[in-house]
Amino acid sequence: MAEYNWPAAADRRLIGSRLSRLDGPVKVTGRAKYAYDRNRLGMLWAQMVQSPHAHARITAIDTSAAEALEGVVKVHVIQDVGTEIQWAHDEIAAVAATSEEAARDGAAAVKIEYEVLPHFVEERRLDDAPDAQPAQAETTGDPAAAMASAATRAGGSYHAAQIAHCSLESHGQAAEWEDAETLTVWASTQAISGIASQLGEALGIPASNVHIETQYMGGGFGSKFSADRWGVVCAELARMTGRPVKLMLDRDQEVSVAGARPSTHAEVELAADAEGNVVAWNSKSWGSGGPAGAGSPPIPYVFGFDHQTHAHTSVPTNTGPARAWRAPNHPQACFVTMRALEDLAHAAGMDPLAFFLQNIERTGDRANVYTDELEKGAELMGWRERWRPRGSAGGTVRSGLGLAMHTWGGRGHRSNCEVLAYRDGLVEARIGSQDLGTGTRTVIALVLAETFGLGIEQVEVTMGRSVLPASGASGGSTTVGGVSGSTRRAALNAVDAVFERIAPRLGTEPSNLRLADGRLHFADGSAEPMPWRQAAALIGVNPVTATGANPGPGSLTDSGVCGVQMADVSVDMETGVVGINRLVAVQDCGLVLDLKTAESQVYGALIMGVTYALTEERVFDPLTGRMLNADMEFYKLAGIADVGEMIVHMMTGPGYDERGVIGLGEPPVISPGAAIANAASNAAGVPINELPMTPERVLAAIEAGGMA
Amino acid sequence: MAQTKHPEDPRRGLAGEGRGTAETRASGSFSRRRFLKGSAAAGAASAGLFPGFLDDAAAQGEPGVAGPDAVDMAFRINGKAYVATLEPRVTLLDALRNHLDLTGSKKVCDRGTCGACTVLLDGEPAYACSVLAIEAQGTAITTIEGLGSPERMHPIQQAFVDHDAQQCGFCTPGFVVASKALLDRHPNPDLDTIHRELGGNLCRCGTYAGIRAAVAQASGGGTANG
Amino acid sequence: MRAFEYTSPRTASDAVRMLSVEGAAALAGGTDLLSLMKDGAASPTRLVNLKGIRELAGAHETDGELRIGATTRLGPLGEHRRIRESFPAVAQAIAGVGSRQVLTMRTVGGDLCQRPRCWYFRAGFGLVPMHEGRSMVKTGDNRYHAIFGNGGAAAFVNPSGLAPPLMALGASLHILGPDGERTMALEELYRTPTSSEESEFTLAAGEIVTSVTIPMRETRNATYEVRNRKGFDWPLATASIAVGGEGARVVLGHVAPTPWSSTAAAEALAGGITEASAERAAAAAVADASALSGNAYKIQLARVAVKRAALAAMEG
Repeated sequence: MAEYNWPAAADRRLIGSRLSRLDGPVKVTGRAKYAYDRNRLGMLWAQMVQSPHAHARITAIDTSAAEALEGVVKVHVIQDVGTEIQWAHDEIAAVAATSEEAARDGAAAVKIEYEVLPHFVEERRLDDAPDAQPAQAETTGDPAAAMASAATRAGGSYHAAQIAHCSLESHGQAAEWEDAETLTVWASTQAISGIASQLGEALGIPASNVHIETQYMGGGFGSKFSADRWGVVCAELARMTGRPVKLMLDRDQEVSVAGARPSTHAEVELAADAEGNVVAWNSKSWGSGGPAGAGSPPIPYVFGFDHQTHAHTSVPTNTGPARAWRAPNHPQACFVTMRALEDLAHAAGMDPLAFFLQNIERTGDRANVYTDELEKGAELMGWRERWRPRGSAGGTVRSGLGLAMHTWGGRGHRSNCEVLAYRDGLVEARIGSQDLGTGTRTVIALVLAETFGLGIEQVEVTMGRSVLPASGASGGSTTVGGVSGSTRRAALNAVDAVFERIAPRLGTEPSNLRLADGRLHFADGSAEPMPWRQAAALIGVNPVTATGANPGPGSLTDSGVCGVQMADVSVDMETGVVGINRLVAVQDCGLVLDLKTAESQVYGALIMGVTYALTEERVFDPLTGRMLNADMEFYKLAGIADVGEMIVHMMTGPGYDERGVIGLGEPPVISPGAAIANAASNAAGVPINELPMTPERVLAAIEAGGMA
Repeated sequence: MAQTKHPEDPRRGLAGEGRGTAETRASGSFSRRRFLKGSAAAGAASAGLFPGFLDDAAAQGEPGVAGPDAVDMAFRINGKAYVATLEPRVTLLDALRNHLDLTGSKKVCDRGTCGACTVLLDGEPAYACSVLAIEAQGTAITTIEGLGSPERMHPIQQAFVDHDAQQCGFCTPGFVVASKALLDRHPNPDLDTIHRELGGNLCRCGTYAGIRAAVAQASGGGTANG
Repeated sequence: MRAFEYTSPRTASDAVRMLSVEGAAALAGGTDLLSLMKDGAASPTRLVNLKGIRELAGAHETDGELRIGATTRLGPLGEHRRIRESFPAVAQAIAGVGSRQVLTMRTVGGDLCQRPRCWYFRAGFGLVPMHEGRSMVKTGDNRYHAIFGNGGAAAFVNPSGLAPPLMALGASLHILGPDGERTMALEELYRTPTSSEESEFTLAAGEIVTSVTIPMRETRNATYEVRNRKGFDWPLATASIAVGGEGARVVLGHVAPTPWSSTAAAEALAGGITEASAERAAAAAVADASALSGNAYKIQLARVAVKRAALAAMEG
């Protein structure tokens, strides 16, 4: 019986190395076929008809003109007369046609009449919100008394705008019916196993008859867990017309309806004693969340104080529904907390690094890891040599430093894997997971190859299909722990099964066999090691199969990571333009499988962080309730020149590796906004309390702070 | 190259994957007859995006008017001839993706902002979403498919793989093509040049550090953070 | 995008004739027009491609002026020796575009005739968007809108990158139409509409821009643009300055429905550029600015753009 653990450090050949992602070549050559790229024989293109109003009741729908157009095959009314529409761009009908152009013509020709109803899109004005439900405050100790007796007090109002996921591949899919009961869907999804069930239920067919295929997908960031209305409609159109149908959202729909991170507005007061210990925290926050509201950011973040209270109000708005956005609620909570703490450090006359270290025990049982990461970050940034008190910089363009800390869980999700060893020497993992571009395919291959003692080129990963052993949705940094756990267990079981199969043919006991270095070894030295291919030939025509699951025996994954980030930014005091000079990220995530793709997660998170720190926000028109920047010109993603120099350091080795594999996708995206805002405040000499830090907001802060 | 699966893998690929649409008439061989069939298309073919393709001898008489219905068009893409019958309103990007099954160029913003559809027209980078197919006739069109294959990658593509200059990969073809244009113009770019020349492409996953390093590697010099 | 006819004439006069049809529009680089058509903000029934017309392409020095054909692309123009040596204000505006793809595609004429990027206009509400009798811009989100010339109904900003430097350099515009050729000062191309039915250009139906000419005068000139992002991004405010024998010109961009000439700022620089006169010009340039509800910051940005353009001209 195998022992389910990771190899000791000395025995790792691939784990912790820098492997290039296996699907790199097909992506860089444009050969990778995404859902958007599926061109099926006889396929129809579908286009959504959307509401121009943020809140309205449908009073009439006339599809006749659209149906009469050449090329239009089917007009499918999704939400009929009488339905109350709750956000602009909501889907009312879909048109399938023989070309993309004809589908657009058809969508434009559907005539819909509305009774326009009052809308609410500006949640920053909490008092104006019609349906806000204030939450109960969570209180520890006696914050008011602690605040009153403290040596230093600080606080302010902090605001992080609502942002979109803006996945580059928009939401959508191509759907094709094989017969009346069997459907194949090429979907851009984070959850192949989950959406098969959703579609089966919606379409009235067994979930096992829905085949989802997702080999590559162009970004999700938490917005692609559901089959969604467009998934069901696409399959319905295919059933109605008897032809394959592709339905991908346009960019304006993508950023309007297919994902939003709630805004967070907060008012904070906090206090420290004479030594710089934080003794009291008092805050209230609120934020948008679409019609159904959204969750509550964990404020105060990372730190817990003896005397604290917090209340959050989720404000329903006539905007597209909120969806999980990479590390849901954490970046906002981090921004509010770390900005307030930096303000308190300033008020106490302390270097934030010293201030955070002074309070490090208030982070809980991983305080030692935070300490190590703060010290490592300080070394990489040259913090102690370079940090100056807020407002020390002179000149027109002023630079400053800031830092922030974050945490995340990241325990592996439920995952099943089947491993097959063939007599030609190929070893295959079959797993119903999906690779969002994080490197999932690569780490599955890595674990399989490591376990069999083979090279990465000798194994194969079959994934991205819902018919494969079910694995969880890829979200919340749960995938790498899940798939590596199931793959490791399946691979260890498969090695044992191979030994059982071939030992008799070698005249030995299974317990005498080992796999390493691409060879079969005999532990008793009774025979020379045998090349794996030669050993595999003894398997016979039927491959050896074995399965593994996560969770399962042994401890291969854990939960709970820390991270520290530091920013060096410049503020142009005359224009309010903030520039990134350097970002440092120090991150732990247990045992790192592929260092190259792990680092890519952190680099990518820093860059996404620069974007929400400096440029991106959803802008809504107060009069119509529509999103005004539903495009990529004014919904601004940071470009390659905007992100500065980046230094990524992964905490690995003793103390980290033995924890097992922990997810990494979310944590490094949490701190950048806070660290950059703290650095900008340090540079400009005034608190800058609003994300994104556009020139208009920075100039306003400079003016309000008397620095203009 | 590990044996990672993609749908083109004939051993295990899904059966019945369509190769283009019923409307597609992609051809590997250049059809002179079809090329000359529509006078409007022929006229347009020699009046490409760039004035260098003008042919004075053809500039006689009243200009032809094509459309609004579909007309025959001929393209030179990655050194091969293609023909298709398209409405004048079809963009080059939609022609490539929907009619010629060249889906490496991605549709993301469809408004000439993000660069995911970048192709080379006579060697210069352009947004295929903002060029009409009919006006791209007569130009040498290079798409991502023309730069290399998974088995024989262009050095820029190899550098993108080596430096993990991709995550979801949806912006990647556009960045690779833009990087090709960059290195054609500036064989040894410094970091400022890389930033300037790749400013017309956007990534959401955040692969810029890898892209800087990849371009530096492919240039055989230069310095870039990554 | 509605279906349309397409033609690609070989001569400018053919182009004008082909444009005489109701609903016809000229197609140059396509970076703006095709997006407008996809958004439904423009629906021409015929597109006349100007890029196949040899006489409209290229830049040449003649008779004391630099003549730039309307379909000259921005990228090559930015590398033109005369532009680099004598007209850095133009080269800097071109560099500011931030996208090599756009530089490959966008033409000089197309840049000058770009439609506003106003998000209400692009959403189909017109140049002067009204909602239940109220200006959508003035009651809505106007962070990118006008701080000059916004007293009437229109509050969009002119998006041209080349118009401010070319106007500062005293450029003339050459136009061909059904009634023949005409020439005018570049600034006469622009007007502020009073309703969505009016155009922001003074071109008559069927007219096309054939070229723009810059007089070869010795000037110190420069452009400064303020952007949120370093790469491809629309400026928040720009200023172009030329100071030379015939006095000074200061033209601001992205601040008004037209490129915005400031005679007060020009007067402050007429005696030469110093740090002090640059500051005076900057203050004078925005003395008459008036913010809408959400764009007061642009007054500061316009002020800084003028100052920095002047200082860059002084150093250049």
